[in-house]
Amino acid sequence: MNCEESLALMHLYLDGDASEEEAQQLREHLKSCPDCNQHYRELKQTESLLSGAAYELSAPAGFTASVMANLPKEKKRVGYMRWFRAHPVITAAAVFFLFMFTSIISAWNSDGSVSVSKQEGLIVENDLVIVPEDVTVKGDLVVKNGDLDIRGKVDGDVTIISGDLIDDPGAKVNMASADNITGEYQEIDRIFGWTWYHIKEIFTF
Amino acid sequence: MENIIKYHIKNVKKGDHAAFEEIVSFYQNKVYHIVYRMVGDSHEAQDIAQEAFIRAYTNIHSFDENRKFSTWLYRIATNLSIDRLRKKKPDFHLDAEVKGTEGLDMYSQLAADQALPEQEVESMELQSYIHKEILSLPPKYRSVIVLRFLDDLSLAEIGEILDLPLGTVKTRIHRGRELLRKKLRHV
Repeated sequence: MNCEESLALMHLYLDGDASEEEAQQLREHLKSCPDCNQHYRELKQTESLLSGAAYELSAPAGFTASVMANLPKEKKRVGYMRWFRAHPVITAAAVFFLFMFTSIISAWNSDGSVSVSKQEGLIVENDLVIVPEDVTVKGDLVVKNGDLDIRGKVDGDVTIISGDLIDDPGAKVNMASADNITGEYQEIDRIFGWTWYHIKEIFTF
Repeated sequence: MENIIKYHIKNVKKGDHAAFEEIVSFYQNKVYHIVYRMVGDSHEAQDIAQEAFIRAYTNIHSFDENRKFSTWLYRIATNLSIDRLRKKKPDFHLDAEVKGTEGLDMYSQLAADQALPEQEVESMELQSYIHKEILSLPPKYRSVIVLRFLDDLSLAEIGEILDLPLGTVKTRIHRGRELLRKKLRHV
């Protein structure tokens, strides 16, 4: 072993990384080489001085109290964020409902023109939807932003949103033509009813 | 002990101030020790150590509970210390590597054996003398040396705290040890 190798080995040994065999080789070399021996003694002394100096220094008195007093006052927003993080399911549900309601409400507001769920055989005049006498509508019928006049038959549920069911044009009589509807009939005028209708739609899937 | 700390941290995450107080009082000496050895001045050390705990508190949600809390905390403390040292850094710094050399800095260009006059060593208390010599190391060696002798940290943990590969940690310890040997052999 030359002195350079011996030096590298000293550090390995002091790190606790040297094998038993390497340690033995090092000891042999140190016996025969005064320079390395001296060097090793100095390193060893340095190590012991450092570990002597590593006795834990004490933080100044009142340190903990000082830290606690200087913690940032929790902002309201941080508090909310923490709550959201702690309750991810409720947060997700709240976000979901928020989006759902806003989209439903915007759908309510934006769509001013008459629309009808199916057009086959139906006559649409301005904002009046007519089921002609010789026509039977199969399935559910939804009319939005318009009145509905059933002269023929509807084989299913009827829903009218923001409109009325009309017997005779001009004479508005609610529920009058219910005979011609085989399914349920409902009329929705208020935004609450509209929202409720959407929620039911979603959950009856 | 690790389990008690883990338990406290869970409560801190729930917003429990008292649990954090336990943590501060448990780690205050170690954190102060690291910072004091790094920056050298006790007022500054108190300031930085306090900042380290406040950072730990405000960022507690980013702490991964599967890891060792002390490693995370010491990392905050050493980073703050190193930042502070950088701010004080003069334009010309001995820590800068000399061009065209590998790992050699201006310190190695200085005569190594500038031992203090004998009587000065004697008049100075041994501990403060050692402290001064640790402080005279370039920060990159100082940090590994300080951490190595504190709290039985493994070399791997030191690497994690300083974000260095294990090989680099070892090289710096060897180099730091050699530098200190030259300074401390006359003690």
